[in-house]
Amino acid sequence: MNALSIRKLRKTYNNGFEALKGINLDVEEGDFFALLGPNGAGKSTAIGIISSLVNESSGSVSIFGHDLKTDRSRAKSCLGLVPQEVNFNQFDTVKSIVINQAGYYGLPRKLALQRTEHCLKQMDLWDKRDTVSRRLSGGMKRRVMIARAMVHAPKLLILDEPTAGVDIEIRRSMWKMMEAVNQEGTTIILTTHYLEEAESLCRNIAIIDQGLIVENTDMASLLARLHVDHFILDLAESLANVPVIAGYQIERIAEKILSVAVPKELGLNQLFSQLSAHNIKVISLKNKSNRLEQLFMDLVESKSTGAE
Amino acid sequence: MNYSIALKTLVIKEISRFVRIWPQTLLPPAITTALYFLIFGKLIGGRIGTINGASYMDYIVPGIILMSVISHSYANVVSSFYSTKFQRNIEELLVAPVPNWVILAGYVSGGIIRGLLVGLVVALISLLFADIVVNNVLITLSMALLTATLFSLAGFINAVLAESFDDISIIPNFILTPLSYLGGVFYSVEMLEGVWKTISRANPILYMINAFRYGLIGVTDVSIQLAYMITGGFIVVLMFFSLFLLHKGIGIKN
Repeated sequence: MNALSIRKLRKTYNNGFEALKGINLDVEEGDFFALLGPNGAGKSTAIGIISSLVNESSGSVSIFGHDLKTDRSRAKSCLGLVPQEVNFNQFDTVKSIVINQAGYYGLPRKLALQRTEHCLKQMDLWDKRDTVSRRLSGGMKRRVMIARAMVHAPKLLILDEPTAGVDIEIRRSMWKMMEAVNQEGTTIILTTHYLEEAESLCRNIAIIDQGLIVENTDMASLLARLHVDHFILDLAESLANVPVIAGYQIERIAEKILSVAVPKELGLNQLFSQLSAHNIKVISLKNKSNRLEQLFMDLVESKSTGAE
Repeated sequence: MNYSIALKTLVIKEISRFVRIWPQTLLPPAITTALYFLIFGKLIGGRIGTINGASYMDYIVPGIILMSVISHSYANVVSSFYSTKFQRNIEELLVAPVPNWVILAGYVSGGIIRGLLVGLVVALISLLFADIVVNNVLITLSMALLTATLFSLAGFINAVLAESFDDISIIPNFILTPLSYLGGVFYSVEMLEGVWKTISRANPILYMINAFRYGLIGVTDVSIQLAYMITGGFIVVLMFFSLFLLHKGIGIKN
């Protein structure tokens, strides 16, 4: 069963801006799905419509088979949303924010208390349950929003840039938490600007640009399309001249650092043989950029070139 | 789906909000109205004599109580719902399976409860200055309840349509307060002449204050049935308009 089905979804704002131009999208139950796109591409509008914060112009959305127009309550009961920006009452305590949300979803008081405790412990916030939320750090506020979104045990969880602005330690702990939630059976849709995050967590991906889905496939197939990898080489000694090796594009970016574009059909072995032949000693190498980032830029740029 | 838990959650949240800030919500009307009773009732009222057979102090008590109910039921909903909109925690309700009527009923209930609590506080203060024996309990309580409902709905509409904090103070300051003062709180409409009497009779607050005054001390300038019809009519119109705004998402959705 599809956790989410979107058909011919369009949104034109009052100022005439067409944010969505009739998109179709399916997300399977249990998936960890990445919805990516540059700023203003339409992903926030799509998420807004799915979570009933934005009125669609036309088209349909169904969540676990429940149409958002005709079977609104059941559709909404399946969904949890972690929005981009903090949107809880900053004068409320952590516990009351989560427990009130449980009440809005119709959880009886006893169950609401149990679920609140479970979610706050899962987010490592139980010790902060009586703290007024405005006193929390940015990372803690994001975790409060995740706990709030999960309190009614939704089958579909939408995380809209959940790790934006948090430090790497918190980000990694949030990745672990998201993976654990997904492994427990919750379908997750993630939007993020950290493409490394999407690459390491998500199994399927859709890229949205200028209101259209420009790519919708599984992560492995998408990454397999990369024909060229870019590497950074740290050299033992500085070079008088940049070596010229057939098939490889080599640039010097610092005294002892080279950037090399490696075509997949040639690979690294041949590069290293040629570098040894030039008597160049390599100390270490790393990917120049995230692979998905490369593809993302290619897809978005080719789309905008096509549009022009 | 059973929405009673969502409604109960929302109502408790609204009550906790105004109780938590009681020095701003419950205390000021006690002080302001004590001053009204002291200055207008005791010091000036003593020289005025009676109106329609009631002492001036007794005459102004119902109007001052109901004026407090009006302003506080309105203020509670307009400030609470606008803050919810401004801080975007309205999204907590929009995402959840909470129907529009529960959202409306939750906020309006908060306004009614605060309005009636303030009314009770003012009524207790009035006992220090006046010796009132309630004429008709049913009319007194029902008119206070209906008035609180009406102005809670009006506050809700104001909050939905407001785009800035200025917008939520314009109506209370420039419309609600003048209409309350001109609604016969301190005088009988029969004391006015000609066009002023006609204009005063177009003020719906006049009917509520007079019906409430009838319930409390048995004196009125208007028909009680007409007062119920006007108040009930406004409630129905404002309720459907509020639900229409929520349905369309005006002011709260893109």
